[in-house]
Amino acid sequence: MPLYLTDEQQMLRDTAKDFVAEHAPVSHMRALRDANDATGFSRDLWKQFAELGLTGVLVPEADGGLGLGHVEAGVVLEEIGRNLSPSPFLATAVAAVEALKGSAIREQYFPGIIAGETVAALAIDEGRKHDGAIALKAERSGNGFRLTGAKQFVTHGHVADVILVAARTAGSPDDDEGVTLFAITKDAADLTADPQRLADASLAARLELNGVEVDADAVIGDVDQGRIVLNRLLAAGRTGASAELVGVAGGAADMTYAYLKDRKQFGVPIGSFQALQHRAAHLYSEMEVARAAVLKAQQLLDAGQDATQAVSVAKAMTGLATTLAVQEGVQMHGGIGMTDEYDIGFYMKRARVLAEMFGDTNFHADQLAVAAGY
Amino acid sequence: MMSDESFRAETRAWLEANCPESMRQPVRSDKDATWGGRNPTYAHPDQKLWMDRMGARGWTVPDWPAAYGGGGLTAAETKILREEMARLKCRNPLNSFGISMLGPALLKYGTEEQKLEHLPKIARGEIRWCQGYSEPNAGSDLAGLQTSADDAGDHFVVNGQKVWTSYADEADWIFCLVRTDKTTKQAGISFLLFDMASEGVSTKPILLISGYSPFCETFFDNVKVPKANLLGTLNKGWDVAKFLLGHEREMISGFGLGGSAGDPLIEAARKGVDPLLRAQIALFDVRSKAFSAMSEKFIDELKAGKAHPAQPSMMKYYGTELNKSRHELLMAAGGSDELEWESEASRHGAAPRAWLRTKANSIEGGTSEIQLNIIAKRILDLPS
Repeated sequence: MPLYLTDEQQMLRDTAKDFVAEHAPVSHMRALRDANDATGFSRDLWKQFAELGLTGVLVPEADGGLGLGHVEAGVVLEEIGRNLSPSPFLATAVAAVEALKGSAIREQYFPGIIAGETVAALAIDEGRKHDGAIALKAERSGNGFRLTGAKQFVTHGHVADVILVAARTAGSPDDDEGVTLFAITKDAADLTADPQRLADASLAARLELNGVEVDADAVIGDVDQGRIVLNRLLAAGRTGASAELVGVAGGAADMTYAYLKDRKQFGVPIGSFQALQHRAAHLYSEMEVARAAVLKAQQLLDAGQDATQAVSVAKAMTGLATTLAVQEGVQMHGGIGMTDEYDIGFYMKRARVLAEMFGDTNFHADQLAVAAGY
Repeated sequence: MMSDESFRAETRAWLEANCPESMRQPVRSDKDATWGGRNPTYAHPDQKLWMDRMGARGWTVPDWPAAYGGGGLTAAETKILREEMARLKCRNPLNSFGISMLGPALLKYGTEEQKLEHLPKIARGEIRWCQGYSEPNAGSDLAGLQTSADDAGDHFVVNGQKVWTSYADEADWIFCLVRTDKTTKQAGISFLLFDMASEGVSTKPILLISGYSPFCETFFDNVKVPKANLLGTLNKGWDVAKFLLGHEREMISGFGLGGSAGDPLIEAARKGVDPLLRAQIALFDVRSKAFSAMSEKFIDELKAGKAHPAQPSMMKYYGTELNKSRHELLMAAGGSDELEWESEASRHGAAPRAWLRTKANSIEGGTSEIQLNIIAKRILDLPS
């Protein structure tokens, strides 16, 4: 398969580009922030995503979705990134759908996701850095389980209709075995979600599970074998976050390139200065390389091949390239880049959050080193 | 036409049967690479065997037309062949400026006679080519070149000097930029092909910091070149040169890839490195693997006519900077073992010599700064 978008994927991109730019441009995100919106995104907009079929992009056709792949999901995420649109798309339509695919309880959640009524959150991280450790306990209780522990960095965790929780049913925190994935509904007793606004104005919750009782049918996949589902969820989430990062970088870079052409100093456009041209061209190169790495990971996932390494490369590389894009963006804008009134700073904040999500550049570089045996 | 699956199976079987075991090992030194030519040298007899077997199928140039010695493969089949070669860690059967640089220009600008005369010999590694572009006062400002070709009826008379002519002392023929009109700059340049054995051609190797002399000074003293050896139109050689430079940059960018036969940097890291170096290698590996994806994407887009014409500049810039980093890390990982310059154990200083050689990557074929200028102006459309 050639490593570029097919004509159909290109058409989807044009659709997504127009739709997101029209309905959720950066001003949409700014308005939600200024209003101190308690949800963190627009439910109306989520409905509109559903009307286009996009919420079901990864849901199999047999289950009523579009049955498309990670390349297509990434096409949408890139536009979300470019416009800094607050959206549950990554957690719900990409990561959660990938985890629920093929499970017995998909029928419980897919219709709501496809209709744009259900929002999902992912409760994976327990520390300030993403790592593989899972300590949150799930003990057998009656015909189900009782979950006790805490999670953090749970995007939309305070308003999600379903929360996917990675818990430990056996063994120690670092073990691969003994992990089980649960789908918990938002009205569960003994669950508290403490939403906090992050640097990028999005909301992520700290969750406390103080003996949350769930039925056995809340298990996704098999008990103690949750890493299989979790790894699928993470591969989708990481690849999706990478695509969104490419969009964030692209949005920031486009603003910057335009500014270099418009802004005059010493009577000429600053973009005519070789010092800035070379930095802009270097940035372009890093971004192109990152974009290729993302497409490679998406295609491998869609082909059902082992994509572990490619996914880590994509997440690490987009972390590097996007960080450069937003840093150069603010620097080349000069003083105006530091003002809240101007949008470029929003890109820097969003990039920082996405770079941290599902493992940052160092985490994934380390994964490559461990896999290669050094 | 056979399906991609059966083509892959057949290709894999053929490679397994025909690629000698010794050609599935990493290239260890400059002498290990196969260049062909009238007076070829081989460090191992399997080099010739492997080149001849691949050449007979046209697989040294898989996507060239069969009529010109190529394999006549489609873009998809060519990609499958490369993937299968990488899977078996097959070495490149033939290193050749004829393949990577002149060939595409001949295919685009050559007459039928020129194509039939030169392309099959390139494909089979019979004639080794060198490139006569740079001059002592025309490097980044290449269009300022002064080597002249004066009209003498049925032939040109060439006089002047070239510099940085890679392997000129081992090459059989040269593709050369000459001035045929002194009154203008770009518009007075022509593109000539001629035999290095012609009377009046002489070369002098330039000793480099690596201790090798892959580059030469090349002198032309009243060299007679038949007019039939003009490639493209008189005074329009700059178009051919620019087209070819794109291919040269594409080739040089490939230096940034680890190569198909295992990554020596990862092997070195496995032997044990300090935590800071380990982290540097891991971050380098991210960029290196991402660049592999970029190379695949670039080639796919190129074959489909979707690549931006200035994209080779990005590939050249990124690939060569990456390759310099790779060899800095290799030297750091090797420690004092890799400082030996002559010993058997160090394979005659292969690592330090290769490390020093990479420093030329971001200079030859247009410096990194020239590539950045091109990206800024032609892709990002930044003002002059």
